[in-house]
Amino acid sequence: MKTVTKRRWLPWAAGGAVVAFAAILPFLNIVVPGVLPGATYTPGTLQLLALSLLFAALALSYNLLFGSAGMLSFGHALYFAMGAYGLGILLQSTDLALVPAMGIILALVIVAAYLIGALSLRVTGISFAMVTLAFAQAGNVLIRRNPGLTGGEEGLRLATANVPDVLVGVINTRNLYWVALALVVVVFVVVTWFEHSRAGHVVAATRENELRVRVIGVRPFVVKLITFVIASALAALVGMVYLLLQSGATPRATSADFTLTILVIVVLGGVGSRWGAVVGGIVYTLLDQRLTAFASSDAVAALPDVLRIPLSEPLFILGTLFILVVLFLPGGIAGIVGRVGDRSRSRAAARDRVEEAS
Amino acid sequence: MSETILSVRGLSARIAGQQVVEDVSFDVPDRGVTALLGRNGVGKTSTVKAILGLIERQGTVEFGGERIDKEPTFTIVQRGVGYVPEDREVFSGLTVAENLRLAERGGAVHRERVAALFPDLEARASQLAGTLSGGQQQMVSLARALLNENRLLLVDEPTKGLAPLIVADVAAALAAAAKLAPILLVEQNLQVVRQLASTVVVLEGGRVIHTGSAQALLDDSDLVTSLLGVHGAKSEADS
Amino acid sequence: MSTIVLLLITGLGLGALYFLVASGLSLIYGLMGILNFAHGSFLTLGAFAGWELARRMGGDSWVTLFASMAAGAAVGAIVAAATEFLLIRRLYNRHIEQVLVTVGLALASVALFDGIWGTDPIYVTGPAWFAETTEILGARVPNDRFVLIAVAVLVLIAMVLFLRLTRYGLIIRAGVENRAMVTALGIDVRKAFTLVFAIGGAAAGLGGVLASHYFGYVSPQLGGSLLIFAFIVTVIGGLGSLTGAAVASVVVAVLQQFANYYLGGTGDLVVVLLLAVVLLVRPSGLVGRLA
Repeated sequence: MKTVTKRRWLPWAAGGAVVAFAAILPFLNIVVPGVLPGATYTPGTLQLLALSLLFAALALSYNLLFGSAGMLSFGHALYFAMGAYGLGILLQSTDLALVPAMGIILALVIVAAYLIGALSLRVTGISFAMVTLAFAQAGNVLIRRNPGLTGGEEGLRLATANVPDVLVGVINTRNLYWVALALVVVVFVVVTWFEHSRAGHVVAATRENELRVRVIGVRPFVVKLITFVIASALAALVGMVYLLLQSGATPRATSADFTLTILVIVVLGGVGSRWGAVVGGIVYTLLDQRLTAFASSDAVAALPDVLRIPLSEPLFILGTLFILVVLFLPGGIAGIVGRVGDRSRSRAAARDRVEEAS
Repeated sequence: MSETILSVRGLSARIAGQQVVEDVSFDVPDRGVTALLGRNGVGKTSTVKAILGLIERQGTVEFGGERIDKEPTFTIVQRGVGYVPEDREVFSGLTVAENLRLAERGGAVHRERVAALFPDLEARASQLAGTLSGGQQQMVSLARALLNENRLLLVDEPTKGLAPLIVADVAAALAAAAKLAPILLVEQNLQVVRQLASTVVVLEGGRVIHTGSAQALLDDSDLVTSLLGVHGAKSEADS
Repeated sequence: MSTIVLLLITGLGLGALYFLVASGLSLIYGLMGILNFAHGSFLTLGAFAGWELARRMGGDSWVTLFASMAAGAAVGAIVAAATEFLLIRRLYNRHIEQVLVTVGLALASVALFDGIWGTDPIYVTGPAWFAETTEILGARVPNDRFVLIAVAVLVLIAMVLFLRLTRYGLIIRAGVENRAMVTALGIDVRKAFTLVFAIGGAAAGLGGVLASHYFGYVSPQLGGSLLIFAFIVTVIGGLGSLTGAAVASVVVAVLQQFANYYLGGTGDLVVVLLLAVVLLVRPSGLVGRLA
């Protein structure tokens, strides 16, 4: 963890170049057939790219929780939904401007995450996973059962009265794309900063050996709670931008399936790898979108039932792909790259192999 | 010279990525008791677990001339290895009878032998093993190993945490067991080692630093002090 | 009074369903340390298998019902055993990855069911007696509840006898307590793994057929919606405890029914709160160990 090498600036420079390139994409006319639905300057493509960036940011926040701190939560969607729904409700029922409204929601989510985290972290392991799942389910029920406030099963529409005009409408998709890009960068920096802070080191040590951390006189509970709150606040931020990008939110964003999707992304990218989470989020979103297009294509429709039925279900293909990755590619995408690049001591891969000594 | 039943060469093992046994080599003869000694935390228990494949290991382990270091635990045991683990590890939610029934491997099962050695267990057959005293649990653990026809017994700290009177009982049971099969014994109590063991293997920092006759080691209190970190004579008086 | 009786018996019926799912989850977790997200899919597949058979046999008779229950249980057992044998076993002792594989299987299988049977509910009918009610203390109780309760009780008894009286039952009980020591006694515990998956899958498949009669339909989402509550039941009962699962199934389902009726449809919330309270007060669940 502490192997800070002299080449430390290299990945940052590369990352900066990638971000700069991503930032000018809306001005370019790049066509990638089969991957993107259209040229990079078109709103449809930018919308998809922005969505994939949001999933990348969400995966980063979950990776902080699961990959870095080893906390398997099944309720991460709750904080994403708090951001999306909280902001949506505040915008539709008050006259607050966008930024103050976001600030208020962020503060509320931090308080909520602190309280729920403090309760949930009294247990560990699978029990922790279950408590977080339970709280998320409660949120899911509340949102579906209060259609007056949340739109119920129909979902919530974004009230645009107090949203700056530059962030509204199809013609402004590229502005939202830049917001999403900025968000990924912010989340990446926050997560990196935290993982390299003292608390970050302690929480990583907690994952390996809680007892040893106790011995050096730090209460694992406190650093775990800090991690939980930071990851939740970041997820809420992503949820808020998601609301703006999608012009609304649906109850699916609060479901256990949604958390599982984030988990799938993190595992695909490589547990414990930050840029793996980013790549995983982008790959997953693009794959999901393209598989949906592929499923309704004529080529699939012409196939016999045995092939047509599985191939016309994107989730079937993604689920199968996920199983294959878990079985055959421990370390996910980051693991592959790590092996190819002969960095055999890839943290992610090593971590996955920590076996129960029974 | 007797034949070798267990031959360990270059054995290493890790627990959760941490090296606990490093390049350990020794032989266990096919009769008598071989004591595996060393200070606390030098990897004695881990060595035994590595031999059995209970933890991830590397190196060569031959049992009766056949390689067993790639085999899963249960087939190693089926080859004729009886295991009496540290802390007894009886199934506390099962009765004494169930604990023993579970241990029966098929083939020749020596229920009479066990009944004769541990008459107390018969009386407590339907008692939950978790409600037994430490000494009684140790008897169950030993009985599980002695039920079957074994070619080697791996016995890990059988007297740990037991009252002196019970220690004598356990030592007597081990002496009887040693007549049936060779034993590799991990033991802190040097009195018991003196009573039972013919050969010793001493570990330090996960490596073997001394092998030889038990008598010769225990009679040399300077050597005992330097190898085991205890004062030989004093520890004898203590136990 | 009649309302209370109706709620109680309906709660018991729902609890029976929870138990059929949770018993397998609990055994699998207890022995192998795996939280099986694919368990809902075993249930759904059992329900579809039962429906497909009933559709072909026709006649909504008792024979059809029992045949479809047998088919559901058999399909559940086979698919579950295959899951353990082909996927879980490759990841021996890597619990997180094992859970992840079941997550992937759950996602993929529900999508596959969508593709095969469509996303809309398919309505099922049982024997005519099912649609009738029986009057108990003034309450008119739908008859399918009694079948559910009876089957769940029989399954519980069968499981307890199996665990108490057979060698594999002994291995499973010991394995739940200390798996490493079971292998150190020369026992190939992997056979027990396949077996608990098969048993759990059979109970879930059977539960699927009964759930389709209880709710009146079968859909690809059937298993997933029951799975969350079964998880909650499993944790409240104490992971690995069969009696705990039975007690918690009844408590959770009855509480849910009463809260839904008297507290304005808050049953799901109350259950979630109960889980939080139980975990915080007694982290190991109501019953600590397999009994």
